[in-house]
This record gives sequence, C-alpha cells and structure tokens, in this order.
Amino acid sequence: MKVDKQLVDKLANLSKLNFTESEEQEIIKDLNKMVDFVDKLKEIPVDGVEPLIYMIDETNVMREDEVKMEITKEEALKNAPLADSDYFKVPKVLKKK
Amino acid sequence: MSFEFSSILQMQEDVRLGKISCRDIVSHYIAVIETKKHLNVFLEVFAEEAFQKAEATDNKIKSSEKTGKLFGCVVALKDVISIKGKNVTASSQILKNFTSLYNATVVERLLAEDAIIIGRTNCDEFAMGSSNENSSFGNVLNDLDNTKVPGGSSGGSAVAVQAGMCMVSLGTDTGGSIRQPASFCGVIGMKPTYGRVSRYGVIAYASSFDQVGPFAKTADDAALILEVIAGKDEHDATTSILPVEEYSKEIRNQKSAIKYKFAYYPQAIGHEKVDPEIREAIYNTIEKLKADGHSVEAKDFKYLDYLVPVYYVLTTAEASSNLSRYAGIHYGYRDKGATEMEDVIRNSRSKGFGKEVQRRIMLGTFVLSSGYYDAYYTHAQKVRQIIRNETENILSQYDYIILPTTPTTAFGIGQIKDPIEMYLADIFTVQAPITGNPAISVPLFRHSNGMPFGLQIIGKRYKEKELLSVTKLLQQGY
Amino acid sequence: MNIYDTYEVVIGLEVHTQLLTKTKAYSGDIAAYGGEANTHVSVVTLGHPGSLPVFNKRTLEFAMKMGIACNCSITKVNQFARKNYFYADLPKGYQITQDKTPLCTNGYILIGEFGKEKKIGITRIHMEEDAGKSIHDLDPFYTLIDLNRAGTPLIEIVSEPDLRSADEAYDYITEIRKLVRHLDICDGNMEEGSLRCDANISVRKKDEKDFGVKVEVKNMNSIRNVKRAIEFEIKRQIDAIEKGETIVQETRSFDGINGSTKSMRSKESAHDYRYFPEPDLPPLIVTEKMIDDVKKEMPALPKQLMHKYIEQLHLSVYDAEILTSEKNVSLYFEELITKTKNYKSAANWIIGPVKEWCNTNAKDIFEFPLTTNHLTEIIQLIDTGKINFTIVTQQLFPALLNEPNETAEGLAKKLNLIQQQDSSLIEALAEDALAKYPEKVAEYKNGKKGLMGLFMGEVMKMSGGKADPKIATKILEEKLNGG
Repeated sequence: MKVDKQLVDKLANLSKLNFTESEEQEIIKDLNKMVDFVDKLKEIPVDGVEPLIYMIDETNVMREDEVKMEITKEEALKNAPLADSDYFKVPKVLKKK
Repeated sequence: MSFEFSSILQMQEDVRLGKISCRDIVSHYIAVIETKKHLNVFLEVFAEEAFQKAEATDNKIKSSEKTGKLFGCVVALKDVISIKGKNVTASSQILKNFTSLYNATVVERLLAEDAIIIGRTNCDEFAMGSSNENSSFGNVLNDLDNTKVPGGSSGGSAVAVQAGMCMVSLGTDTGGSIRQPASFCGVIGMKPTYGRVSRYGVIAYASSFDQVGPFAKTADDAALILEVIAGKDEHDATTSILPVEEYSKEIRNQKSAIKYKFAYYPQAIGHEKVDPEIREAIYNTIEKLKADGHSVEAKDFKYLDYLVPVYYVLTTAEASSNLSRYAGIHYGYRDKGATEMEDVIRNSRSKGFGKEVQRRIMLGTFVLSSGYYDAYYTHAQKVRQIIRNETENILSQYDYIILPTTPTTAFGIGQIKDPIEMYLADIFTVQAPITGNPAISVPLFRHSNGMPFGLQIIGKRYKEKELLSVTKLLQQGY
Repeated sequence: MNIYDTYEVVIGLEVHTQLLTKTKAYSGDIAAYGGEANTHVSVVTLGHPGSLPVFNKRTLEFAMKMGIACNCSITKVNQFARKNYFYADLPKGYQITQDKTPLCTNGYILIGEFGKEKKIGITRIHMEEDAGKSIHDLDPFYTLIDLNRAGTPLIEIVSEPDLRSADEAYDYITEIRKLVRHLDICDGNMEEGSLRCDANISVRKKDEKDFGVKVEVKNMNSIRNVKRAIEFEIKRQIDAIEKGETIVQETRSFDGINGSTKSMRSKESAHDYRYFPEPDLPPLIVTEKMIDDVKKEMPALPKQLMHKYIEQLHLSVYDAEILTSEKNVSLYFEELITKTKNYKSAANWIIGPVKEWCNTNAKDIFEFPLTTNHLTEIIQLIDTGKINFTIVTQQLFPALLNEPNETAEGLAKKLNLIQQQDSSLIEALAEDALAKYPEKVAEYKNGKKGLMGLFMGEVMKMSGGKADPKIATKILEEKLNGG
C-alpha cells in the first residue's frame, strides 16, 4: 500500500493539519513506513472471527435522568481562547465567493 | 532531619511515633526535587498545597482524629491526570495554559485518603512515546545515567520514584508507558486490568487501552495505592463493577508456600532483539523458580510480531478521534494569526501538536478513512480478538506469563530516531493492553552497563491481588 | 396534460426530534430549552480533556416508545458510534450517535384519510446527541457559540423514500409531530428547533423505475416550509431536466422569504465521517422484558383511538380526527366517555364549546374550568329532557364556566332553567295557545302544517321558554289532530 501526496492531502484535510513542503515530504515517508509496518497484519487470517470492540464485560451501563450541575458559566468560559461574558468567540467561517 | 523512605507503612508508623512529621517529610521531598531539577521531572511542584495538606495531617494526628489510608504519602501525578484548579497539559503546547475544572476520580480518591500530591510530572506528549523525548517541555533524564532516557511515556513519574522525589507516583499505560519506564528506571510499574481504574479526568490517548497505574519501590506500596484508586466509577462507563480487594492486606498476609504455574514464550526471551544479558537473567530466574518448586513451562506464542502493528492501528485510530477536541475553539492554544475558522483549527493544531502526535493522528485518520477502514481497522480488531483468545487460552492453563519488559536497558537520548524502531521497543509491553490483562514490571536486575531492567509478569484479568503477590515473592527472593 | 404531470417526485424525510429528558444524553447537565448562554453545561458537554460520556437511561425509554409507536423492530444489541468532523459547535470534534445498530428498524406510520391510509416506511430510528448553537449575526467578525444545546438527546427518524407529494410530506411530519407530542417525548416545536426536518427530493418520469438524482434540502423551520421547499424543488428539478440539464447531487438551503432553495456550495466534497464504535460506552442490550415494560407505560396512540372512535363509538371521521389531534384532548375525551354513553354528544361538546373556549382563551384543555363530571351532567340533563339544548348552550354553560364549583343540575335549578315537563301544565298552555289563534288552527287543519311553529312559539313564550319542546309538540299535535 503506497501513501502518496494526494492521500496525505486528504488525510491532512480530514485531521485539520497543515504541512509545509518539506514537512509533507517527511510525513509521506513516515506514513509509508508506518503503513508498511502495519500491513504485516494482512498475514493473519481472520475468517469467522468477530472484532474485539469492548474490553469490559459489563453492558447496559446507564445513569438516571437526574440533574447534576457542577460548573458555572464563568468556569465554562475560563479556558476559552476568546470569549465575552456569555459566549465563546470564533472567527467566522469565510463565505466562499 | 533526614528522611529515609522504605515503605508507606513504615513511614506512617514513624509519623505516628512522632519520629518525623508530615511537614518535615514534605520539606525533604521539596529539597530533593530542587536538587534534581536537572532531570526535568516536574512541570509544576505544588509546594504550598503539599505543606498545607501535611500540616493538616500533622494536626489530625496530634488530635487523634481519623486519618486516611495514605496519610503522609507523597505522590506525584503524570501530567495527564486532572487536578481541579491546576494546569494539565499532557506535556503539549496545545494545552500549555489550560486549567482543569475538575479532579480526576483517581485524584478524588487519593485526596480522600489524605495523600499529599506533590506535583505534576513531565511525560511524552499526549502519552505518545517510549522515551520521554516527545515532551514539548523537554526531555526527562534517567537519574542513574543522565545520558540515557527514562523510558516513556510516563518518564517523569518513573524518575520521580527512582530519584526519591516522592514515595509513589501515578502514570498511565497504553502500550507499556508505565512498565517500560519502570524497567529502565529500576522501579515497580504496574498496569491494572482494563476497567479496574477510572479514566475519568485522565487525558485520553487510546480509550480501549489506557489505564492509570502506580510506580512504587515495593509491591506493598503499589498494592496500597491501587486499592485506593481502583473500583467502579459512575463517571466512567468502562469501569468494572467487580469489588476491589484489600490488596495491601492480602499480600501482607499471603502464605509463602504457594507454588505458581508460569508460562514463558521462547520466541520472546529468545527474540533476536533481546540483549543477551537480559535473556540470561530471565532464564536464570526461570531456573530458580523451578528450583523453588514453581512450575515454569515454555509456551509458543506465534503472534509476537503482530502485536505492535495491531497496537498501532487501533491506538492511533482512537487517538485521532480523541484529539479532535484540541482545535483552538473552546479551550487550549489558538493561533493568533488565524482570521477564519478553518485556519483557527488547522493552524492551532499544527502549531500546538508535536511531530509524533501529528504522525499518529495521520495514521489513525488513515486507518479509519473510507476505503481503508475494513482492511486496517476492522481487520486489526479481529486480530485483537485472536490475540485475546490466545492469551486467555494460555492463562487458563497457567497463573502468569513471564517475559522481558524491554529488549534492552535504557537507550541513549537521541539514539533512536526511526519511529518504527522506537515502536518495536514496545514489543513485549503491548500485549497486556491489547488484551486488557494486568501486567507489572518488577525491578530484579542490573545490567553490566550499570542500568536496571525488569521482569514482566502478565496476570489474569482482575487478578491484581495475585499479580502483586507474585511480585512480592520475586522482590523478596530473586 | 402539462409537463409536470408526467413526472413523479420521490421524497424521503429525515426528522430529528429533541427528547424531553431533564439532562443531556451523556451527562448530568440540564437539557431544558432556553437558559442564559453557556449555563447548561458540564465538562463532558464542553469536551474537556479527560471527560467521558455516561448514557442517560431515559433516552432509551423515549426512543423505544417512538420505535414501538412506529411499528419498528427494536434492535437487541445496540452500539454507539463516533461520527467525526470538525465544527465550532461540536466540542469533542465528534458526535456520539448510532451507526450500524440503530435502535429501531423497519417500521411505518400511516398518513392520509381514514380508511384510505398510506403506509410510509420508516427505515430507522437511532439515538444521538445535539450540537451547540452557532450565532452568526450578533457580531460582525466572530461567530458566537452557546453550548447549552450541546449533548441534548435526539432521535433521528429516517423515512423510506415513500412520499410522493409535498402534501404527503406535510402529512407525514404532522403525524410524526403528533406522535412525539402524544408520547410526551418531544414538544415538536419546529420554530424553536426541537423538531427539525431535512428532505431528500428527486424526480423521475412516471414510468421510470430508477430514482433520479437526490437533492438534500435543509433549513426548513416549519411544516409549511417543508411543503413550500418541496414544491419549489419539484419545479426546479423538472424545469432543469426539461432544459436538458443534469441535476447536481448536493445540499441546498431553503430560503423562507422567497420560498426557494439555494445551493450550499461548500469547499469539501462528501464528508468522510470515519464512523467507528464508541469505545467509551459499552453496548446496550435491549431485552423482550424491557420492550414490554415500555409498552405497558405507553398511552393509546392517536391512530388506535381513531379506529376506536370510528368503529366502536360510531363517530365521524371528522370528529375522530379532531379528538385525536392533541393528546390532552383525547385524554379528556377518554375520561368523559367512561362517564357517559352518549358518545356523539360528548364529542360535540368537546369539539364545539370546549375547544372554542380553549382557542379563545389560548389555553390547554386541562385548564378548562369544567370537569368531565360537569359535561356528563349536562349531557344527561339534555338527554332526559330536563333542559333543552338551546338553554344549555346559551345560559347554563356560560354560567357554569363562571361558577365551576356548582354542579350543572344545581346551578340549573338555581337559575330556574329546568325544563317544564309536567304534561298537564303544558296541556293547559297548549290549550291557551290554540285558543288564542282560532283562525290559524283552522288553517292548520286545512293543511298549513307550517303553522305548528306559531303554536309552539306561543307555548314557549307563555312558559318562559321552559316547556319541553318535545312534549309540547306532542300535545299540540294531539290536540290539533285529535279534535
């Protein structure tokens, strides 16, 4: 399985990361190494095997529909990179012309 | 007043007898931390809070008030464990100034038993690494040889105990991040069964692998810490409802005459990458165990070379999703130059995350993406099931599996540059998180190069008591 | 025949309804609508590092109710999944939803006139969480984000592409809204956003077997707007095809002001959401017993009641529709018919005077001052002839509204409204009335039967309106015909 620039661009877009030219060259190389490495798993036949998804034995873990308020508005906004007294603020999504 | 720490119980006895006060104990550790600053273990020391807690405890003892199980116990926490009102960063620039609004459940439980939290320790960024060279706050150095890595990702917590900067510490283990540094630093490091300890308040790397666990000098101390932090948590739906035994009491009272059944993988111990001295030390231990009446048998494990690939497919997939919340929007670092939402997200993440984190996010995104999901992610989940079945099969016939923790002793800082080579260092530690079994590294050995290395034991799920028992046995006689 | 008639529209609707739980889907912060911005939040809702979801059991209960009401199969082993994408109102960078194992599958609801209903298939209903709110128009440079709504439980109801007109779509959403309100799981308020609808619309020639290109339309904030949007799309698509253009598969936004849809040209092509099973939430196993327990708690559904009212109570379709259009009205009616067997009267009273009072006062029927006991009494008084219908509606009923502590009969007596039913008294009055108009009596006997009205009027006047008209008519007839 070969990782090329087109795939890296798509992945970078999905994971919201930017790479400079040289960084991109490096990540293409690294990803190829990593994908080659994990391709080894193809050697193991898995017919009839169910995927292991949950690591605990319990099911139906639920909570009651009871209110438990633990933080205030001020606390909620405390770590915001930008906020006013009531809202988180983010630069607008640019409308594409 | 000098303070020599041997065990939590001994310290508590000394405090009760008035031989030393908690305040003096904290003074001692603050001084050691200062002396050993160059190791870059602590990202923040909570001197004020520690003294406050120490004084409160001293007062409790003076007025004969009831004290918690961990009174006087000085603990350091890996900086992925949230403490209310304190910064928690995962050693990343993206959380550099982030203040937690709540205590992790493990913190609540430690504080409820009067533990003294001395500070938060350096680690690999977002727990991704095996050498503590991926921290955005600089490397942690191994106290026994400052040119060597302490291991990772919980390097800081391992050295904190190794270098006497605290009595015990907590780390997290996703692929070996407690056990491997424990081996490199000559301390005990334990990963409990998945689901034994709450992950609430612990910055997530890989949700179905992560577990919080103790670093300690003795099995007794590890047991005491574990019994305090373990157990069902209403905030974490992946914790087990099984009751938590009083591990510390149980292993104190254990009968020394019990004979155990061990299995070992010839492929592991005989692996070409394993240092010959390590190989020899483990074989000698096996012989001694047999001589002492325990049963030790070779068991083939044909999946050894597939463990690390399975681990990397599944953990990077989960991590790529867990780290999506770090986008410079509601908290964390935001790139000031960005004037448009898309750039806010991309720039903040690209500048805030280190290289290894970005690599793993990209790989994780790849294995989950449309067209590759079945071939990589689902396939790896099935291999995970196969590995679990095989492990359960072995542990249905034996009590424990013995294997090396690490193929080598601590390598040099900057020595391993290739990411794949670094990943392969985890070859023996990834099995337990893949299957959810508990595992421990016991610091039994010293290499001729002066560095320590541990013996790893994997136990049956939820049999932490048994695992700690055999640890105690090994520490006492081997 | 015009060109539009040669085409058929195929519509599928995706409806999201917010559930009326007290707390969020995966955490204990308040889920209620409104509230000062960013006050109904928790570290889980904010997606803070280390936070973890825990499932709210009431979400399951409410979702199951809807699934049962829509005749769905309930999935036994339920998994949750992460839907990964970046947006400012989605703090975790993923939504916890259900992907491969929706709670409910393979159901249907009925729309259309009674007796001629059409089945609209429901492909799936699954549980998920809502996102926060992005406010774009309060600040020129910044989008403001309020996370109160983030984490509120939703169910997504996906229909089969069985709808064939804008009217059918209108009926379908109306029925869904009626159901969720009836089950008390959602208040169905499209303007406030507790019920939202996206439409998938395509057209094809009537004899064509394959589906045309599907266009998704969003941002329709009322049931009427869904109809308008579909009508616009149908014309737009047919016009385009007739011109030889190909329909672009895309998402379009409805503009409520001019009733049109506009392309939402976004930078990215199809999203890759990278769904995978949510590792933080163990599976939910739904047993037969759990389903039965929910069934036991469920009220009779509007359609079931329609059938009962039409087939057993012999009410008209029109009446049955009104009585089942709102849950509280049907509850009131259900209570009333335990007390009286005059179902038609019971229906008339509710559909007429009671509903009129509710509309005038903008109040719910449960705030109506009279109880079902009152109405039962009223119906009885009329049926036994104690008061005539006109007097009741014009005098007793309004009086009783002001003095609901009285009984109907008690107040009628107080107000002296009880009908005169004494035959001998009425006979005397009848004789007086006939004696007053001897020439008219003669004309009547000669064939002018219409003059009965005059005699009746006289009897009623003399009795102050209280003579029982039935008795009076009978007596007058006897006298006039008997000689």
